[in-house]
Amino acid sequence: MSKKITIKIDGKALKVEAGRNLVTVAEENGIFIPSLCYYEHIDPPLGTCRVCTCNINGKARPACTAKTEEGMDIELDTKTLLDVRSAIVEMMFSEGNHFCPACEKSGDCDLQHMAYEMGISYTRFPHLFKDRMIDFSPKRMVIEHNRCVKCHRCVEEIHTDDGAKVFSFCNRGNETIVSIDIEQEAKLSEEQAVNAMHICPTGAILVRGKSIARPFGDRQFDMESVKKPENAKAVKKAKSKKAPKRDKKVIATTSLAGCFGCHMSMLDVDLGLLDLIEVVDFHKSPITDIKKFTKKCDIGLIEGGCCNTENIEVLRAFRKNCKILVSVGECAIWGGVPAMRNTIPLAECLEEAYLDSMTTEPEENVVPYHEDLPKILDKVYPCHEIVKIDHHIPGCPPSPNHIWKAVSSLLWGDEFSVLYSEFKYD
Amino acid sequence: MSTSTDPSVVDRTKTLDCLWSFQNANGYISDGFLKQCAADLDISQIELEGIVSFYHFFHRQMTGEFVIYLNNSIVSECKGFLRVKKAFERETGNIFGKPDRCGQFALFETACIGLSDQEPAALINFHPFTNLNTLKVKRIISELKKGTPVESICDEVPDHIRFKPKGDKCILLKEYNLGLAIWKLQNMGRDGVIEVLKKSQLKGMGGAYFPTGMKWEFCKKQPATPKYIVCNADEGEPGTFKDRVLMNKLPGLMFEGMISSGYAVGAEEGIVYLRAEYIWLLGKLEDTIADFHKRGLLGKDVAGIKGFDFDIRIQLGAGAYVCGEETALLNSMEGKRGEPRAKVFFPTEKGFLNQPTVVNNVETFCAAARIIELGADHYLKTGTPQSPGTKLLSISGDCPKPGVYEVEWGTKVRDVLEMCGAEDAYYIQVSGPSGECISAKEFDRKIAMDDLKCGGSFMIFNSNRDILKILENFTAFFKHESCGICTPCRAGNFIIQRKLEKVSNGLAYSSDYEEIKQWGNIMGMTSRCGLGKMATRALLMALDKFPEFFATKVDQDGEGLNKKFDMVKALKPYEQFGD
Ligand SMILES: Cc1cc2nc3c(=O)[nH]c(=O)nc-3n(C[C@H](O)[C@H](O)[C@H](O)COP(=O)(O)O)c2cc1C
Ligand code: SF4
Ligand code: SF4
Ligand code: SF4
Ligand code: FES
Repeated sequence: MSKKITIKIDGKALKVEAGRNLVTVAEENGIFIPSLCYYEHIDPPLGTCRVCTCNINGKARPACTAKTEEGMDIELDTKTLLDVRSAIVEMMFSEGNHFCPACEKSGDCDLQHMAYEMGISYTRFPHLFKDRMIDFSPKRMVIEHNRCVKCHRCVEEIHTDDGAKVFSFCNRGNETIVSIDIEQEAKLSEEQAVNAMHICPTGAILVRGKSIARPFGDRQFDMESVKKPENAKAVKKAKSKKAPKRDKKVIATTSLAGCFGCHMSMLDVDLGLLDLIEVVDFHKSPITDIKKFTKKCDIGLIEGGCCNTENIEVLRAFRKNCKILVSVGECAIWGGVPAMRNTIPLAECLEEAYLDSMTTEPEENVVPYHEDLPKILDKVYPCHEIVKIDHHIPGCPPSPNHIWKAVSSLLWGDEFSVLYSEFKYD
Repeated sequence: MSTSTDPSVVDRTKTLDCLWSFQNANGYISDGFLKQCAADLDISQIELEGIVSFYHFFHRQMTGEFVIYLNNSIVSECKGFLRVKKAFERETGNIFGKPDRCGQFALFETACIGLSDQEPAALINFHPFTNLNTLKVKRIISELKKGTPVESICDEVPDHIRFKPKGDKCILLKEYNLGLAIWKLQNMGRDGVIEVLKKSQLKGMGGAYFPTGMKWEFCKKQPATPKYIVCNADEGEPGTFKDRVLMNKLPGLMFEGMISSGYAVGAEEGIVYLRAEYIWLLGKLEDTIADFHKRGLLGKDVAGIKGFDFDIRIQLGAGAYVCGEETALLNSMEGKRGEPRAKVFFPTEKGFLNQPTVVNNVETFCAAARIIELGADHYLKTGTPQSPGTKLLSISGDCPKPGVYEVEWGTKVRDVLEMCGAEDAYYIQVSGPSGECISAKEFDRKIAMDDLKCGGSFMIFNSNRDILKILENFTAFFKHESCGICTPCRAGNFIIQRKLEKVSNGLAYSSDYEEIKQWGNIMGMTSRCGLGKMATRALLMALDKFPEFFATKVDQDGEGLNKKFDMVKALKPYEQFGD
C-alpha cells in the first residue's frame, strides 16, 4: 500500500493514497467527477472526452489523466466548471444524432447518464445533423455511427486473441469515425463481442440478438443519482418561496411537428387534471379545439419542432400571445424523432415517400404541392431557433409530473424539484 | 509498436514510408496493397486504414497522372485563389475533390504549403508552382498535356530574404561556414553546451517558447537510452515559411544544431520530420547529410569526438497540420495516426518509441548552432534583455515585399511594416491563425517575448479585406485539421463554423457574439492540444479589437421575439416540386 497524502477537492481535505487516479479516488470518497471515456482498466487513461475537466492546481485539466499527489488542489464544482463540463456533454449531443427513445442503450447509456446528472434540459449548441451511416456489414455486430462519441475505448480495449485491433478511428477531425475490421471481428468470441458492446459507453456498438434493452425502471440509470443526496442538487429550483397563491391562469398548448405524445403525457396527470382545471383555463389548444388566440395567455406549451411554414406561423403566434413559452419534449427542444430526416436531403425524403415508395399507386406518384398546403422546410428546426423560448422540459415525452411541476412553478412560483427518476430523454 | 519478434514483420516506424512508396508508384493506396501492407506490419487492416485516412495526401481512390494541390490559405485567397481554382477546373475539365475518370489530372485543395510569399501557389506532383494566375495555369496545363515533365516547368522557389540586422546583430542569416558549431563541441563538453544555451535564454521558435537549454538538460538527465533528437520541420502554421528558407539556404546549420543537441543529451539518432509539402527540399537535405558524412560530421566519432556516434535521417509526413504538435509528430513517426498524446509525459521523458526525445523547431536548432558558434554573450547583445536574440519573420499578405526578415526581438510592429512596405495595414495576424491578431492601435507594440510573441507567421491584411472572411478561413482550416480525438475541438470547430455562417448570412444578433466568446473559451479551456486551445483565439481577439467591424454585421437583440429566419433558403429544396 502506498503512501497517504492529502489532497483538496473544493476546499475539502482528503487523506488518500498517492499516485492513484483522481476520478477513482474522488468516487471512493463520495465525490462525483463526471467522466465518460475514463475506463479503469485502460492505462494510460484515454483523456479524449474532456467531460472530467476540473482545475488542478489552478490549471484546467482532465481529472482522469491526473494522479493524486501531495498537496494537489482541485476545484471541481465552481460555476464555470459546472458549465464547461455540461457544455462538453451538450456538444456530444449536438454532434451525434442521438434519438434516445429509439436507442437500445437508453437507460443504460453513460452519455445520457452524465446529462441526467448535470440536469441538461437542452443543448446550447446547434445540432449538426451530419449524415452518418449505420454499419451492418459485420455478421455479428452493428456499428451505429450516429451514437459514437469517439471515446476510443473500443479502439484501445478490443483485441483478438492474436492481439490485433478490431476497431480503429478512421478519417480525421469532424469526419472521424470508429471503423470495425470485419475479418478481425469474426475472430472474436461471443463473449468478447458482447464485452465490446458493454465497454462502449453509448449505444454505438451492438451485437445482434443480444439486446441490452430492458424495461423502464430496471435500467442502470433510471432511478438513483450517483451523487450523494446532499450533493444531488434539485435539477431546477423554484424562484420564490412565497406560499403559492392560486390566481387563475390561462394556458395555451399546441402540437407542431410532434406526435401528440407530449399532450398525452400532459393529460396523464390523471386526477390531478381535475385540480388543475380549478386553477387554469385552457385557451388555444387541441384540448379545447380553440383555433385562434383571442387573449393573452400566461403560458404557452409547445410540443414539436418546426417542419413546415404553418408550424412557424403558429409558433410565432404563440410567441406573440404568450407571456412565457415552454418547449415541451425533445421534438420542440431540438427536433426529436422527426429530425431523423435532417441528415438526409429533403428531396430524397420526399421522393422516397411519394415517388418510389412501394405503396405508391401507378400514375399517383406526385409530391404534394399546393397553395393550400403548408410548405415543407429543408429540415426540422427546434423552436428556439425560430422564436425565443423561455424554458425547456426534456423527455420523449416528459413525465407528467415533470411537466406540471415545472408549469406550476412558472405560473405560481411553487417550490419544486424534479426527482432524478422523473428526468428522462426517453 | 508491433510486439512481434517475427523477422518478416516490417518495423512499424516504416509505415508512412511504405505507404508513400506504393502511392508514388501507383497513384493511390489500393485495397490489395493495404491488405498486404497490414500483414507485413502485423497489424489489422482497419488500423492501417485508420492511419492512411488520417493523412490528407494519402488517397484510397485512383488520383491521376498529375496530382494538383492548390493552397487555400487566407493569403492565397486574398491573392486570387478562387480565380486560379476555376482556371484549373476549366483547363483540366475536372472538379476539385472529385476523382478524374480519365486518370490524368486530380485536383485537391490543401492548407498552407509554405509559399505564402508567392501566392497563389500549388504543388503538382509535389513540385512547386508559384504566383499563379489564369494565364499561367493555362500554360502549365497545356504543357503537361503535351507531355512536358513537371520538374522541367515547375518554379524555382526564391528565398526572398528581405532583411538582416546589420553587422554582429545578424545571427541566423549571417554568413555560414560549415562545422563552426560542431568543432567547438568537444571543448565545451556536454554540460558546457547546455550551459551556453541556458545562458543565452534561447526559447523554442516553433510557437511554444519553451527554454531550449532546459529541454536539453531534462533529456540529458534521463537514464533511459537510446535517446532521440527530432527536428520539427512540419511548418504547418499558415503564413509561415521561414523553416523552408532555412532548410533551403542553411540546411547544414540545422543539422549542426541537431548534432549539438545529440552530443549534449547523449543521443545517437536524429530525425527530421519533414512535411510532405516540402518534398522538393528533400534532395538538398539528403545531399547535405551525405556531405556531412563525408566530412566526418555524421556517423562514427562525429568531429573526432570518441564515442559520439550520430546519424540523421529524414521522415516524410503525409499532410496533417496537427502533426506539427510534438506528441502527434512522435505518433506519426511511430507509424500511427497523428493524434496528440494525452499529456501524461513530456517527450523528454517518454518521446519517440517511449524513449527520451528532444523535439525542437528548425529555427531553434539553427539558433542553437549559432549560439554555440558565437557564444552566449554575442547572442545576448542582440534583442532586448528580456528577449535576447533575433527572430525570423515570414511576412506575407498585403505588402509589396513579402519574404523572410530576420529582426531583433524588440522590434516594433510599425518598423516591420515600414520595412516590408505595407501602407494600409488594417488587420495583422501574428503567429498564424492560432496566434493573435492586432489592429492599427497596436502598431507600437514590440515583437518580443514579453510583449507580442511571434512564432514566425506575420500576415498583413489591408482595409479592403473582410475580417469575417479571414476568420472563416481560419475556422475552416482548424475544422479540417483537427485530429478529432477530443470533443471540444472536433465538435467545437464545426459548431463555430456554423455560427460564423450565421453571422455572414446576416442572421446573427449581438448575443451570438457573446455565445461565440463563451464557446471559444470552453474550447480553449478543455481541448487536449494547442490546436483546439488556440483555434478560436484569433476570432475572440478580433471580436474585441474590431468592434466597429462586427457591429455592422448584426442587429441588437430584443428587436422582437421572432428570430431572423431565412425562409427562402429553408424552402428551396421543397420549391423544386412546385411547377
Ligand atoms: C497544432 C500545433 C501545431 C504545431 N506545429 C508546429 C510546427 O509546424 N512546427 C514547429 O516547430 N512546432 C509546431 N508546434 C509546436 C510543437 O508542439 C513544439 O512545441 C515545438 O516543436 C517545440 O520546438 P521548439 O521548442 O523548438 O519551438 C505546433 C504545436 C501545435 C499545438
Ligand atoms: S441512449 Fe445514449 S447512445 Fe442512445 S441515443 Fe441516447 S444518448 Fe445516444
Ligand atoms: S463505438 Fe463506443 S466505445 Fe467505440 S469510440 Fe464510439 S462510443 Fe467509444
Ligand atoms: S485539440 Fe483538436 S487537434 Fe488537439 S487533440 Fe483535440 S481534437 Fe486533436
Ligand atoms: S473522462 Fe476524462 S477526458 Fe474523458
